[in-house]
Amino acid sequence: MITFPGTLDDVDATRAVRYAGGEPVALWHADRDLRGVEAVIVPGGFSYGDYLRAGAIASFAPIMTEVIAAAGRGLPVLGICNGFQILCEAGLLPGALVRNSGLRFVCRDQRLRVESTATVWTASYQEGQEILVPIKHADGRYVADAATLAELDGEGRVVFRYTGGNPNGALGDIAGISSPDGRVVGLMPHPEHAIDPVYGPSADGLGIFTSVLSAATA
Amino acid sequence: MVRVVVNVMPKPEILDPQGQAVAGALARLGISGVADVRQGKHFELDVDESVDDETLHRIAGNLLANPVIEDWTVTRG
Repeated sequence: MITFPGTLDDVDATRAVRYAGGEPVALWHADRDLRGVEAVIVPGGFSYGDYLRAGAIASFAPIMTEVIAAAGRGLPVLGICNGFQILCEAGLLPGALVRNSGLRFVCRDQRLRVESTATVWTASYQEGQEILVPIKHADGRYVADAATLAELDGEGRVVFRYTGGNPNGALGDIAGISSPDGRVVGLMPHPEHAIDPVYGPSADGLGIFTSVLSAATA
Repeated sequence: MVRVVVNVMPKPEILDPQGQAVAGALARLGISGVADVRQGKHFELDVDESVDDETLHRIAGNLLANPVIEDWTVTRG
């Protein structure tokens, strides 16, 4: 679990890892050591105050050099919200996340359709399953050029789509995508806020964390 | 030292809702004749004269702009 200056959701995401039965390990943005973890989560927030572009400065943090190298060796990496923006800025995922088309910060519970279960982060879901997970962002509109969108569609790398209304103008209603090997996933919604119906809209987000744990222990 | 200006603009095909909001505000102010507004970023860098154009474009393309969504120009002052 990486913490940058301005990260907000590392505590909730850490809790989600523990809920799922995993052992969370805190990683610091200025370190160059992944401490032997079996997966990395880049959580949400406003790293470096969203200065320049959301995720732009964080993508050059020392820890990200290690994350990029480890992802190249197949280490599972998940980027949530600002973490997704960071993974795109770092070049681990294609495309970019820009200002919501409505210009407003959107904060609500959002229906998503799980489009791909062929990633290490979504294997415990059913393809086509609808889940309810909070979103909260101002820069969540996924954009990429036509060739990239066609590639993502053709290779089954769109992992989540918004249903019941597109909250931010994202092309193709895209809420989350994966790398070609399905080991790097980024999404704007916050599964870590939906792990227990007592504290969130559902427990639908827990599957993200149990999926990667199943893959790690398999 | 030399002043270098880097202008970063959203690519033409990228929807720019901030620019549209500015255009809408101009219309509400009663100003006519402004067909479109696009909003970008303007950077002023004071750099040593030994810094070559290739380095300046690397600065612009790797950090100041995101080539996925933005175009940039580099102008030496």
